[in-house]
Amino acid sequence: MRGVTDRTALEEAEIGGKADRAVVRDALGVGVAVGLSGFAFGVTSAGSGLTLLQTCALSLLVFTGASQFALVGALAAGGGPFTAAAGAFFLGVRNAFYGLRLSQLLALPRAVRPFAAQWVIDETAAVALAQPTRRAARLGFVVTGLTLYLLWNLTTLLGALGAEAIGDTDAWGLDAAGPAVFLALLAPMLKTATERAAAGLAVLLGLGLLPVLPAGVPVLLAALAAPAVLWADGRRRRQGVAR
Amino acid sequence: MNVWIAIGATVLGCYAVKLAGLLVPAGALERPLVKRLAALLPVALLAALTAQQTFADGQTLVLDARAAGLAAAAVALMLRAPFLLVVAAAVLVTAGARAMGAG
Repeated sequence: MRGVTDRTALEEAEIGGKADRAVVRDALGVGVAVGLSGFAFGVTSAGSGLTLLQTCALSLLVFTGASQFALVGALAAGGGPFTAAAGAFFLGVRNAFYGLRLSQLLALPRAVRPFAAQWVIDETAAVALAQPTRRAARLGFVVTGLTLYLLWNLTTLLGALGAEAIGDTDAWGLDAAGPAVFLALLAPMLKTATERAAAGLAVLLGLGLLPVLPAGVPVLLAALAAPAVLWADGRRRRQGVAR
Repeated sequence: MNVWIAIGATVLGCYAVKLAGLLVPAGALERPLVKRLAALLPVALLAALTAQQTFADGQTLVLDARAAGLAAAAVALMLRAPFLLVVAAAVLVTAGARAMGAG
């Protein structure tokens, strides 16, 4: 990150040419790998009872995978439209924090920001933030964003069409795609005891409240595991200091 | 109709938070507690969603073929398999368990 501000324009141009190809290669790799998982979303969404148009509208207009999976899962479980959307929204909140870091790094003109915003997601942030220069970060953001947007929407369409063609998606085990996607997103986040405690508490709340509350609500309450664990952490730390 | 309302609300909400990140002045959300909460929120949500979509059938908790599929995904993750392979493992094992009669 430090390099972005420290290098002169001339140095940056010299490094640029060689580095560009490496950035494009990394960005394409991420874009292709994750873009293909749009199949899983298309299939899951169609299997949850959404129409082809609804499924494609989600990938075109929401374009943040975890929120899309959460929404169709909540609707399939019988959740109301606003409880379902709330779960999807809270999962999308992390994108605001990517945007915060990206806006400093990419230094986008104000007029471009409303268009760039749609591409502010896990993968574009990961690629852009890993680059040593502003030029490389911008290139990484654009190539990852474009590759992912095109492939995610194309594979969503193909997945939804495929699900309609094969009929009973559960018989093919495709209802396990959603939770597997969530687990794959979750696993790299479980770095310290704090994250593992929050995850464990959220599982208990999510499953424990499921039989007694309306569909979609238990997930929202399980999100309270995050502030609860932070509060307990802070308390323990203060006590440690006091001793 | 309800589905379209849910889609509309999600589209607006998710776009608004993306744009907000790019528009708010740097430093506005940089307080350590806010950042830690923002990092921990998806952890809690994803964990709850994983558990529910594996063990819930409507409003009852069940143990069926999906649990075997998720276990396969966990093993694939521990072996550092790529994203698509993790999902494929879950789908194939779930389908296999169902074909052998495990609900």
